[in-house]
Amino acid sequence: MSFEVALPILIPLLTGALCVMFWRYNAIQRALSLVGSFALLATSIWLMISVYNDGHVVMYMGNWEAPFGITLVADMLSAIMVVLTGMMAVAIAIYSLSSASPSHERFGYYPLMHLLLAGVAGSFLTGDIFNLYVWFEVMLIASFALLILGGERAQMEGAVKYVTLNLLSSAIFLSAIGLLYGLVGTLNMADIAVKLGEAENAGLIDVIAVMFLIAFGIKAAAFPLFFWLPASYHTGPVAVSALFAGLLTKVGVYALFRVFTLIFNQNVDFTHEILLWMAGFTMLTGVLGAAAQFEFRRILSFHIVSQIGYMILGLALFTPLALIGGVFYIMHHIIVKTNLFLISGITHRLLGTYDLKKLGGIYKSRPFLSILFLIPALSLAGVPPLSGFFAKFIIIRAGVEADAWVITGIALLVGLLTLYSMIKIWAEVFWKKLPKGQDDTALVEGKTSASTVVLYIPVVLLAVCTLFIGLNGQPIYEFAEYSAAQLLNPQGYIDAVLGGAQ
Amino acid sequence: MQLAVLVIYLAALITPWLFVQHQHRTAYIMALVPAVLTIWFATHIPLVAGGEVLIHEYQWIPGLDISLTMVLDGLSLMFALLICGIGTLIVLYAGAYLKGNPAQNRFLVILLAFMGSMLGLVLADNLITLFVFWELTSITSYMLIGFNHQSAEARKAALQGLIVTVAGGLALLCGLVMLASIAGSYSIQEILGSSEALTEHPLFVGMLICLLLGAFTKSAQFPFHFWLPNAMAAPTPVSAYLHSATMVKAGIYLLARLQPELGESGLWTILLSSFGAMTMLTGAFMAVRSTDLKKLLAYSTIMALGTLTLLIGIGTETAMIAFAAYLLAHSLYKGALFMLAGIVDHEAGSRDVTLLGGLRKNLPLTAILVAVAALSLAGIPPLFGFVAKELLLESMLGGAFHSFIYVFVMVASIFVVTVASVIALRPFFGTFKAPKEKEKIHEPPIAMLAGPVVLVFLSLVAGIIPGTVGSWVTLPASTAVAGGVVEGYLALWHGLNLPLLLSGISIAVGLVLFKYWDAFRSRLQVLDPIIARGPERGYFWFMDAIVWVAEWQTRILQNGSMRNYLRTIVLVFVGLTGYTLLTRYQLHWNWDVNLYFHELVTVGILVAAAIAACITHSRLGSVAAMGAVGFSVALIFILFSAPDLGITQILVETLTVILLVLVLFRLPSFSNISTTRERIRDAIVALLVGVLIMFLIMITIDVQLFEPISGYMIENSYTLAHGRNIVNVILVDYRALDTLGEIFVLALAAMGVYAMIKFNPATSPGSNHYAGTLILGEKKLAEKDIIHSLEEIHQKMLEDQNIISAGAMKDRNDNDDDDEDDSPNSSYDEDRDHDDSQAAKRKAEEHDDDAENEDKEGKKS
Repeated sequence: MSFEVALPILIPLLTGALCVMFWRYNAIQRALSLVGSFALLATSIWLMISVYNDGHVVMYMGNWEAPFGITLVADMLSAIMVVLTGMMAVAIAIYSLSSASPSHERFGYYPLMHLLLAGVAGSFLTGDIFNLYVWFEVMLIASFALLILGGERAQMEGAVKYVTLNLLSSAIFLSAIGLLYGLVGTLNMADIAVKLGEAENAGLIDVIAVMFLIAFGIKAAAFPLFFWLPASYHTGPVAVSALFAGLLTKVGVYALFRVFTLIFNQNVDFTHEILLWMAGFTMLTGVLGAAAQFEFRRILSFHIVSQIGYMILGLALFTPLALIGGVFYIMHHIIVKTNLFLISGITHRLLGTYDLKKLGGIYKSRPFLSILFLIPALSLAGVPPLSGFFAKFIIIRAGVEADAWVITGIALLVGLLTLYSMIKIWAEVFWKKLPKGQDDTALVEGKTSASTVVLYIPVVLLAVCTLFIGLNGQPIYEFAEYSAAQLLNPQGYIDAVLGGAQ
Repeated sequence: MQLAVLVIYLAALITPWLFVQHQHRTAYIMALVPAVLTIWFATHIPLVAGGEVLIHEYQWIPGLDISLTMVLDGLSLMFALLICGIGTLIVLYAGAYLKGNPAQNRFLVILLAFMGSMLGLVLADNLITLFVFWELTSITSYMLIGFNHQSAEARKAALQGLIVTVAGGLALLCGLVMLASIAGSYSIQEILGSSEALTEHPLFVGMLICLLLGAFTKSAQFPFHFWLPNAMAAPTPVSAYLHSATMVKAGIYLLARLQPELGESGLWTILLSSFGAMTMLTGAFMAVRSTDLKKLLAYSTIMALGTLTLLIGIGTETAMIAFAAYLLAHSLYKGALFMLAGIVDHEAGSRDVTLLGGLRKNLPLTAILVAVAALSLAGIPPLFGFVAKELLLESMLGGAFHSFIYVFVMVASIFVVTVASVIALRPFFGTFKAPKEKEKIHEPPIAMLAGPVVLVFLSLVAGIIPGTVGSWVTLPASTAVAGGVVEGYLALWHGLNLPLLLSGISIAVGLVLFKYWDAFRSRLQVLDPIIARGPERGYFWFMDAIVWVAEWQTRILQNGSMRNYLRTIVLVFVGLTGYTLLTRYQLHWNWDVNLYFHELVTVGILVAAAIAACITHSRLGSVAAMGAVGFSVALIFILFSAPDLGITQILVETLTVILLVLVLFRLPSFSNISTTRERIRDAIVALLVGVLIMFLIMITIDVQLFEPISGYMIENSYTLAHGRNIVNVILVDYRALDTLGEIFVLALAAMGVYAMIKFNPATSPGSNHYAGTLILGEKKLAEKDIIHSLEEIHQKMLEDQNIISAGAMKDRNDNDDDDEDDSPNSSYDEDRDHDDSQAAKRKAEEHDDDAENEDKEGKKS
């Protein structure tokens, strides 16, 4: 049995459940959360090593052989995603020690957080399309409950938009699963892939593919389906925003990568053309949305949308290099984006606001924090030699080699506008003098306390990751290359799941 | 060589620690690093002059063909010497210039980081590595221009420089990738010699334009020159180092590097020489108009950069010789002049030549140094500037060009002489003028003078022994640019020839112009409106356009209205899926549907109930109607022999109805906030979805391509799973993981509801009302406009649409309650009745929130 593929789901589920049992004991919950996160990271690395050695790690739930029961499968892409989930879990767990208010803790902050992680890990590891739906639901309800913690009016408003639009996605997803099951009579993704490969009714398959595309497009916050993201991400507690920013949309992107390489790979001309358009508009509208904003977290939220475009672009071009680029981009983006949100939390702690116009003066009194911001910010904008540059470079190179000039041009322009946004934050929050009338006691006189140090730890760790990817990209590139090779050759996945019998 | 770059970065890293102990003396310690490197590079001169090319290989990301391999040839060496040599002097200078500035350590860190990047740029063999360093110089330049970061001007200038160079940089990246994909390698050394394959490739023109955009923006070529004068907001050491001696020459360096590969093309020649000439003229002309010393120098730098581009464009052997010589000469005198301008500014308190005069008594050494450097700038023997200028004129005459280039070059030469005279004479001669008092003006510390002294001395020496300098330094560089051995020599005296004559003419006319400089300048003011419409307007237009488009787009897309979001998504779904259905699939299905009477009745009830739920104005009515829908569905399940499902559906539906009725009394009054038109539109959208789904089901209902897996499940339900009820077995055995997940979903929903009901928000509701609604910038609202409840929003809307008059709303609400809200709710109504006070309203509002969301939760589960 390959337990390592089930553990990244079971550990957060268990942690969450245990935290519920200790509902009234915040200290125990904190400790559990920390232990659970580290355990998740450890098992995810174990899984990664197994995948690296064996190619695919498969486990049949209840020992029902595929395609009859539910199968958990990890290929390189899943493993990468799970490791990143583990990393984010650790970062957020540490950060939350200082950032989560006791009142949030009393209302299930930690259990919700870990059940969310279970949903995320489950989505990455399942090999069953309906099971994917279930994990999406776990994720959705957990994230909704986290978003409304605090119960402020703005949160409610954001959360209601969030949950409604995502439920719409679920409805479309479920309809698509129903139709698909009607056609092929199976839910196992590998089995579906095999059967669709033999099927004749190509037109109908395209229709279902488009439905999946829209359902996952909403989850991934692609154009023109992204509205829920900028409406809600800036409203929750900052650690929650950071976790969402890093992981949630990437689950949608992962799902797109999974189904559009494994299942719907027959009519690439049609489906991936739609993806290409989607990618272009997502990049552009996202970055332009950010340009109109003057709120730290809203700018970052819009940039998530824009960066999702790059990832989808990697999938849409559908060349080996482009897929490598897409996977590389996901890895880089999760780390960087989470970090930026965490930093916004620190500035909020210092100055009590997210409003760019009211912030200022941080470079002068907090040079270390400023550098910590510059690393992910410039990386996001694709400035070399940080991780974002190599991610962007691979995509651009794939675009040039595929003669996709318009989209390459858009990708470059969006890079410039991203830099513009990041520099706007830099100039307003860090360089500018603190506007008159702002309370700067925490900024000027604030001493380094244990609680501040706790906030800095994950930020520093993530910044180091960004630097590491930038300065030593070869291993990361190899991971991406490995996973892209697997994605482009789904037969390996199918054989691993179905045991090569079919 | 990799080590050389690394050492500088490491030096940058340890600077903050050293600074704690040594304060401004850190700079003097740090200057040792580039000094040692200069010597190290200098030891390579004989080797490289002998025609050798040093290659140090090092891998970085082999998967992407990115290596850190570095190459030292004539061109790299000359640049490396300039970067480290002038770098040493600049670090020394900065130590004194910024003495006492608490941010000096940061300055040194960034300056050293820049130095490392620049050195990496000129040594890199890999195109991508070159680009990496290229962008690093842009970023460090940004940080240095904005060094006085609390000044809005400096921030603006820094942003401008960054946007222009990075925009070009992105074009360059595209160009480099194209170049590599055509030539088949990312190594410059390997690309050498694939000139033919490149120039004849169909993508050549696109690639060339991308590359040139990168080089032109970086090297401030017309029409991108405007960022350079603005970059003078940086402290003087930065202007001297980045914006005249090194960074701005990165673009020129790239052009020179690519000259052997791309120089064959006619387009290359035309573009480079015309843009070069235009830049040269613009620079010279703008310089004559300026009175700020640093601006004068900045524009004359632009002129020099244009000249260098022109020389590369000419592309003859003489031009290559002239190129290297001119580049060296310019770096020497311009670096010195900037540092001297900084001294004047530092000591006399102004950089405006019209405010300065007669300083030679106070600053005698500075005056002499300026004079000598200016002679080199003007191209007067025996300085190295003269040698370079002679070569320039000679290659111009040698190139086959239209005469307008001659005119451009001559005009520029004349203006430069004027500019040189202004710089050398105005501040130092005539009557004393300065913002500071005369007694307080004195020569600066030795560290500040060291740089100019060394550079001016080198200008002089190089001018006296041009042959040696040529064969050791510039000719190897020319060889690298030309891509083959260059025959030639550098000399002070070329004999009486046309270049000398032209030189003489330009000096004479330039001096005359200097005499009437003030009058000339005021005449030129006529042109101000035209200059104001220069390319810089384009930049501002672009920046404004971004913001404008961004705001417009946000208004259209992310306007805060949930109904718009829903409608958009639904329409996209219908449109895309419908389109696929129509185009990719020939619509055909089995119309042969047999309906029994009881089925028709059930469907009829279902449809009628759904319509009733939509149009009723009563809450209870709509709940009842929804219940009817649910029960009809249950009936259908039962009719189609799925009793388990039917029972489940009935249970869920009953529970939902009960829950909804229970919470009804906590909901705010039923209000109708859509106009009829909106409702019709929404109805159409809803119908479209319904029709689409119906079509999909009709099509797929009898298309079964494969045997479903349920057969296996039924067969093995009892034998393997030991259960007779197949549905149960599926739920708890075959697909137990799904069930586990759903159990957690329910638990999560319970936690969410609990938190929602019990949590007391830290801030009062309404304090951040607009955060979620409007994504556009926060609006400043007068207290009277701040809305605290749904009723108010509703009322406001009706008022806006002139449906009711202000204040009429409250009565209407009460009436509504009587008519429709069947559940008695005394406490709530009491609140409402006394709701003249804000506080009471807020309280009621809290109730609303909870109830509303509870409702949603209920529906969901």
